[in-house]
Amino acid sequence: MAEAGPSALDPSPDDPFGPHAAYSSALRLDTGVEPDRIVDTHCCFCGQQCGIRLKVKDEEVIGFEPRYDFPFNRGMLCPKGIKRYLQGGHPDRLLSAYERDPAAPGGFRQLGYERAIERAAAEIRRIQETHGRDAMAVLSGASLTTEKAYLVGKFAHMALGTSNIDYNGRLCMVSAGAANNKAFGIDRAANPWSDILGAEVIWISGANVAECAPITTDYVWQARERGAKVIVVDPRLTPIARTCDLFLPIKPGRDVALFNGILHLMIEHGWVDREFVERSTVGFDELARSVAEWTPARTAQVTGIAEPAIRQAAEWWGTAKSSFLMHARGIEHSSHGVQNVLGAINIVLASGRIGREFCGYSTITGQGNGQGGREHGQKCDQLPGARKLADPEARAYVAGVWGMPVEEMPQPGVDAYEIFRKIERGEIKGLLSLCFNPVVSLPDSDYVRRMLAKLDFYVAIDFFLSETARHADLVLPGSLHEEDEGTVTTSEGRVIKINKAIACPGQAREDWRIVQDLARALGREHGFTFSGPRAILEELRVASKGGVADYSGISWEKIERQQGVFWPCTSEEHTGTPRLFEPGSWNVVARGNGPFYFPDGKARMNVATYAPPTEDVDEEFPVILTTGRVISQFLSGTQTRRIGPLLDMDPEPFIELHPRLAAKHSIVDGAWATAETRRGLLTLRARVVATIRPDTIFVPYHWPGKRSVNRLTISAQDPISKIPEYKACAARIRAATEDEAREARG
Amino acid sequence: MPVPTDLNFYIDPARCIGCNACVQACSECDTHKGVSMIQLDYIDRSRSTQTVPVICMHCDQPTCAEVCPADAIKRSEDGIVQTARKARCIACNNCVLACPFGVPKMHDAASLMMKCDMCYDRTSQGLKPMCASVCPSQALYFGTREELEELRPNSRAVDSFRFGAQVVSTRVKMLVPKSFAENLLAVTAPLERHHPGAPGAAYVDPLLANLYEEEPA
Repeated sequence: MAEAGPSALDPSPDDPFGPHAAYSSALRLDTGVEPDRIVDTHCCFCGQQCGIRLKVKDEEVIGFEPRYDFPFNRGMLCPKGIKRYLQGGHPDRLLSAYERDPAAPGGFRQLGYERAIERAAAEIRRIQETHGRDAMAVLSGASLTTEKAYLVGKFAHMALGTSNIDYNGRLCMVSAGAANNKAFGIDRAANPWSDILGAEVIWISGANVAECAPITTDYVWQARERGAKVIVVDPRLTPIARTCDLFLPIKPGRDVALFNGILHLMIEHGWVDREFVERSTVGFDELARSVAEWTPARTAQVTGIAEPAIRQAAEWWGTAKSSFLMHARGIEHSSHGVQNVLGAINIVLASGRIGREFCGYSTITGQGNGQGGREHGQKCDQLPGARKLADPEARAYVAGVWGMPVEEMPQPGVDAYEIFRKIERGEIKGLLSLCFNPVVSLPDSDYVRRMLAKLDFYVAIDFFLSETARHADLVLPGSLHEEDEGTVTTSEGRVIKINKAIACPGQAREDWRIVQDLARALGREHGFTFSGPRAILEELRVASKGGVADYSGISWEKIERQQGVFWPCTSEEHTGTPRLFEPGSWNVVARGNGPFYFPDGKARMNVATYAPPTEDVDEEFPVILTTGRVISQFLSGTQTRRIGPLLDMDPEPFIELHPRLAAKHSIVDGAWATAETRRGLLTLRARVVATIRPDTIFVPYHWPGKRSVNRLTISAQDPISKIPEYKACAARIRAATEDEAREARG
Repeated sequence: MPVPTDLNFYIDPARCIGCNACVQACSECDTHKGVSMIQLDYIDRSRSTQTVPVICMHCDQPTCAEVCPADAIKRSEDGIVQTARKARCIACNNCVLACPFGVPKMHDAASLMMKCDMCYDRTSQGLKPMCASVCPSQALYFGTREELEELRPNSRAVDSFRFGAQVVSTRVKMLVPKSFAENLLAVTAPLERHHPGAPGAAYVDPLLANLYEEEPA
């Protein structure tokens, strides 16, 4: 409901809510300090969830120690993990509830926690009584623990009774998830990362591994030491691509064409594992017919990759004895992201190299709990255990666990972007958000800001006042990662335990407490009286039992004993499932008929259809704009833009472009350049480098306001996964005018 | 307690991904919190993402110590070149200027030269140095020669470097491909060519080489 004024775009330096950059001081710089305790836990950032030890002194996290005993990272960390402790004790930390007050510094005044809960409940009640239950929406996130994600899903579906809940994994993992479900019947990494180490060929498509999943680099390099050939497909020559054996500089948004072209060559040269295809898959013949048109010449023309390089990649992939294919947002952030992923899965299935040691396939999950956060019911169409909300049997089972009448359980709702379109249509009047910063992270973000301003009532749970929370009427102070405990599930599918290092400061509360307090204040506390995350997990175990994502055998004790438990884990005795699809393995869907999660136990080979990006280049906008991350920042930057040493690494975003394109527009390295799309203009410093395709420009997306590239990106979405097309839209580039440069500088 | 002599520090620049984890972790070391002794440099960002972490090489005959007029820099028995002794350092910058690797840094606030002591507090207690512990690509590796040979069968360690007329040997070792025959790395050789910095004739642009273009520019 708040007016989206310029202050929401670029807060002034004296804004009490920041963002301020924190540096080490006092106790944290004191060299003689012995910590009171050292807490073994995990990093709060990406989906790899590296083990880390946090040093605590006087109830403050003062630093870290490498955690050598955790098998995934064995002490390794990227700079984000190393400096994450600086988010604690931060001057911007929300220590109380706030309500909107334009006269107050920063636009908010403090409010007692209980009064804030009462007010939120009253507003939610008013909206739902006046406009119906679906008029209240929830936007949640995949950096929450699995217990919190489960509770938020339950809160929306049971306490609020709204269909309208979705989460920020919509921006992240859903194309991979949808395609994995279509092909394998399950959405999880097929292999543990240890299977990378012995692979003969490693194929990395659209994954800036070195910057977005840094520890995975060591796995790739280690495989290479043992003779692996590394193939990297990316529009940019990223740090992992620099030392690869074959670099395919693909035009953004054309990945499915490449995979179809590879499959074409595999068929032509007899590199398909016919026995595996016959025994373990269905759909090959139709797929084979569909790739007949993907000759190397056409593949080269569409993908922008030279034909010899395509042939070389096909030969290495086709003739390998073992392999690991990885992909990430580069192929998934597309209006045909599901098709791209299906194309990748097709060349894996055709090779027959899955379900065995050193024969692997996986997406690289982006968010901290990107995996666990997408399994237990905060997705708009989902119930716990990766069950379908539309499935009558699943509804009946979960309603039974929750103790609610099944007829009161809402039907599936809409995706996160569609929630904003529903606000525009007046169907949604109220919003509760946590762990999601759509003003920075959603495409065409000026639209998102306008829709937030249209809400009758918006309550945000946050630990810093994010750019999105600035639009709230009411802000409830939530918890940082180190202030709560619970489980998360890593990129590998390994369920691990986050341990609490310190208590929430001031009046801040663990998010699960806030959600339960809201349920109580709404008079709907039935089902929301958990004593803590352990009790929530106990219910989740029951609720997920018998589902594809079965956690029923997972306990905190087992996690500690085994350094994690790979789901599915179906009983107390079961140690978990590190590798999926092993020959002869049993699963809940196939029930012994085969290793894949379909009744016949066979994987599906799906025709993967090519289409250019929704907004392709033309004479007016002849350059492709693509976006991504830098090593020092995480997602919308709510945390990492507040950590001084990280911000210093990349103080500002930039426009990366090839010298050839730069020369055409008289742009020199370091000068101000303006990128323009049909949605807006963006003036940033140019970074002129030969490590990007000459027809493509790149901007990292972690920044808000006038430095935000998501004001330029397009809100086109994949028809199946609803992921937005961040990786390709039509743009033009030129040297900035003097006025633009002055404005950008100031 | 000394740093065990069978434990070596290896650098493999081919693995470096420029992530700055070493730089950031160094400033978390207990003995010099807030100050990093490592810097990370791009070789030529306009052309490549190649980066190199610059850490102290712990020379057998440290130039920094040799040029120190105050005798403030000591090399201990285990081959570790220590940071300047505060009581002796006169902040003259001789070491900063003389080190061929460009490692010592003057910290003006403390009037003290500070440099890497290979995390003496950690390595003397059986722990790995901070930077080699965290390095996500293991471009920085700390371990025994046997472990290294097992993990990196295609690499070989070199510990002699030529800078102009000066040759230095170091405790820290640089990894090179096994196919590289020399035992001495001529660091300044490119500067001695007629056109410093010009790409060699054999240079192939790895991106443009595999690009398909309708009309080659």
